[in-house]
Amino acid sequence: MAENAIGQSVVRREGREKVTGQAKYVDDLSFPGMIFGATVRSSVPRGRIRTISFEGTIPWNEFVIVTAKDVPGKNIVALIEHDQPYLADGMVNHPEEAIVLLAHPDKYLLEEARRHVRIEIDPLPAIFTIEDSLAQKEIVWGKDNVQKSFLIETGNMKDAWTNGHVVVEGAYETGAQEQLYIEPQGMIAVANPADGVTVRGSLQCPFYIHKALIELFALPPEKIRVIQTETGGGFGGKEEYPTIIAGHAALLAWKSGRPVKIIYDRAEDMVATTKRHPSRTKIKTAVDKQGKLTAMNIDFVIDGGAYVTLSPVVLSRGTLHSFGPYACPNVKITSKAVATNTPPHGAFRGFGAPQSLFAIERHMDRVARKVGLSPDEFRRRNFLSDGKTMPTGQIVRDGVDLSALLDRALELSHFHDKRRRFARENTTSAIKKGMGLATFMHGAGFTGSGEAYLASIVAIEATKEGIVRVLTSSTEIGQGKNTVFAQIVAETLRIPIDRIEVTMPDTAIVPNSGPTVASRTAMVVGGLVAEAAKNLKELLKKKDIHFPVKVTAQYQQPKDISFDDKTYRGDAYGTYAWAVYVAEVSVDTVTYEAHVDDFVAVQEIGKVLNPTLASGQIEGGVAQAIGMVLYEKVEWKEGRMVNGQMTNYIMPTSVDVPPIRVFFEGVPYRHSPTGAKGIGELPMDGPAPAILNAIEDAIGVSINKIPCLPEDILEAMERSRA
Amino acid sequence: MPKQIITCTINGQSQRLDAHPMSRLLDVLREHGLTGTKEGCGEGECGACSIFFNGRVVNSCLVPALQAEGATMTTIEGIANGEQLHAVQEAFLKYGGAQCGICTPGMIMAAVALLKEKPNPTEADIREGLAGNLCRCTGYMKIFESVMRVFKGKGTDLEETCPHK
Repeated sequence: MAENAIGQSVVRREGREKVTGQAKYVDDLSFPGMIFGATVRSSVPRGRIRTISFEGTIPWNEFVIVTAKDVPGKNIVALIEHDQPYLADGMVNHPEEAIVLLAHPDKYLLEEARRHVRIEIDPLPAIFTIEDSLAQKEIVWGKDNVQKSFLIETGNMKDAWTNGHVVVEGAYETGAQEQLYIEPQGMIAVANPADGVTVRGSLQCPFYIHKALIELFALPPEKIRVIQTETGGGFGGKEEYPTIIAGHAALLAWKSGRPVKIIYDRAEDMVATTKRHPSRTKIKTAVDKQGKLTAMNIDFVIDGGAYVTLSPVVLSRGTLHSFGPYACPNVKITSKAVATNTPPHGAFRGFGAPQSLFAIERHMDRVARKVGLSPDEFRRRNFLSDGKTMPTGQIVRDGVDLSALLDRALELSHFHDKRRRFARENTTSAIKKGMGLATFMHGAGFTGSGEAYLASIVAIEATKEGIVRVLTSSTEIGQGKNTVFAQIVAETLRIPIDRIEVTMPDTAIVPNSGPTVASRTAMVVGGLVAEAAKNLKELLKKKDIHFPVKVTAQYQQPKDISFDDKTYRGDAYGTYAWAVYVAEVSVDTVTYEAHVDDFVAVQEIGKVLNPTLASGQIEGGVAQAIGMVLYEKVEWKEGRMVNGQMTNYIMPTSVDVPPIRVFFEGVPYRHSPTGAKGIGELPMDGPAPAILNAIEDAIGVSINKIPCLPEDILEAMERSRA
Repeated sequence: MPKQIITCTINGQSQRLDAHPMSRLLDVLREHGLTGTKEGCGEGECGACSIFFNGRVVNSCLVPALQAEGATMTTIEGIANGEQLHAVQEAFLKYGGAQCGICTPGMIMAAVALLKEKPNPTEADIREGLAGNLCRCTGYMKIFESVMRVFKGKGTDLEETCPHK
């Protein structure tokens, strides 16, 4: 039994199917009579649709054709704001917006037909940048282009700038990042008025889709069914967008009466689906003679794209991480999500935090330089610790010792020794080396009162055959949910792990345990699984049990955690993971290429449930973040991604990544029965600033914008020479 | 367009496959139920569709189906020996080489090919040998470890456990 328990590297539950090619992803499935669907999209960023015509020698009578007119319910993707249609009706607001759907049994003819749908659009002026949106060069959303804004204020800002303190200002930018899960998005729908709508596919949040399809088809909840298929990577990219594909496939199935499969090819997936929000942050700080922060003024803006989707919550998380893991008495944070005519930006691992933490962590290095302290010492003097207060009024109670994490990271990376050595060697070498660090936190679970509002439920069932079944809507997307949930139940019930089944989410079978996002699955849902398992254990002690038996557990907000969504004060997150990352970088001053040579990731994530899976999450996140900094650049033209291919949008390969060395500290989270905290998003936050801090250490040039490709380094070095 | 018949050997069995003349080998394999071979990009960048084709690893998305006439192929479905996993599969399972699993079949093909050519690979050999296969989940660390463990923990004869190469 011990080998199944929490804390052991239990082998991935669905691993055998994955290594033998037997795991079934959506494109591996087929249904009798199934036909294929395709999407015809807008060619312009903004305008009014004039005509749609079907041309060429295509046998159009064989095709199922769906436009906005065919929507049985509401043509609105139900999420936060009700501003986005499934199919454009009159207006288009971004390139690649879906207008017409086609389906046919022959994939080759379908593709031919897609090219022969002619959509004439009278163009309207469009905007593509945060600056133009803020300047209201054109109003493209609401009254003022502002999709959401926040203000957090504490202390007194007035005197901080004038009483002899060192004041540093800076502006920081981050670009869009493509998700690039290796399995493109796809869905299969079966739909008719008698049976309702069933969709299967690659997704993270079954009940998001369930809720949205109720509105799209004006059907009762029991007539909508959403089933997850094996999912080949999510990262947030399969949080909200799958709802649109599910809706499209279901509309075609509803009209044709046949099962419809829509699978995006890579190019369509890259240009049409959501990417990480571009951002710009302005920071002004004051520091006193002791090297303590006395004031911070932060202005954080993200580009939401044409529709709101999840931007308000991305902005919220970005705002609530913008001050970093530092204590400061006087803070003002303003933030905005603004509209542009690009496809909506969406959830992507880190969810706004990588953007705002990049800014503060670059800024902290610049301030340290200005006040003459080492980057570690300046941070150390300002660290949050237990009993200290965040700008939201939240008092830290995690039992974390960031200073100790910092010591460990400095030692493991030989930070100071290497920094001294590189400074010496760089004077005579064309390859300049540098060390950089970042210290940061990531709030685990939904922001603010999100978890209380979700009120997630899990169920566990025991059969008379002795099988224990775990029922949740949490999806396995590679992160290891199947394995960790089984471990939690095995530990609680003291039964062998092979007696436990973790059910694939199907909204007809599982309760709503919330979406698989926000680093909440192991901590929040896993905690509920432990609680339900305890309930089952109690029940089984009774006499006269009639199998099968089922128990549930529901989330209840701990009494000592509260947040006011109106004033944005209180406990923004129940707990945080804390980390110190160090990057060792070399910059070739002949080719201007930067490479990460070594990477140390030290983090405190509560109880580590499965070391192999947990370190796998960190390593994968660090690599994805290295991509975001040094390799991956979305090139835009008129709101459209023009390098939508793996050939010209470059992600890290096996020869690009450094050794990624992962170390855990574990202070168990007091409100989680397993002690676990969130982990999935944390590793996305730290690498970008650590790497750019290392680049500045190497070449002495301050670069405050990512991605940072060779041409950007060249430009920055030339600019600094001029 | 009328379909054409392709005669070939897949995973040790001779097959007659009907194929759309314009189709890619990847499509034909998948249409005939061998869905372990995945499509990630359709342009030879990601390696998810890697198979053994006449003894060499190729991206099956770049091979016109008609070129498979007379060819001998192994797909991921032919790597294990019945219920017994290949040593590389075993290592990926045990050391965390697979996360979401979509790159895994192609990655395993590349790893098997690498170990066939270099039974005692250095870390540089492994990095180079897998550079044509992209993984978005693992950061490659556990994939390197899996491959390294296969050769360190030898005693499993790769040729023997991979009957169809």
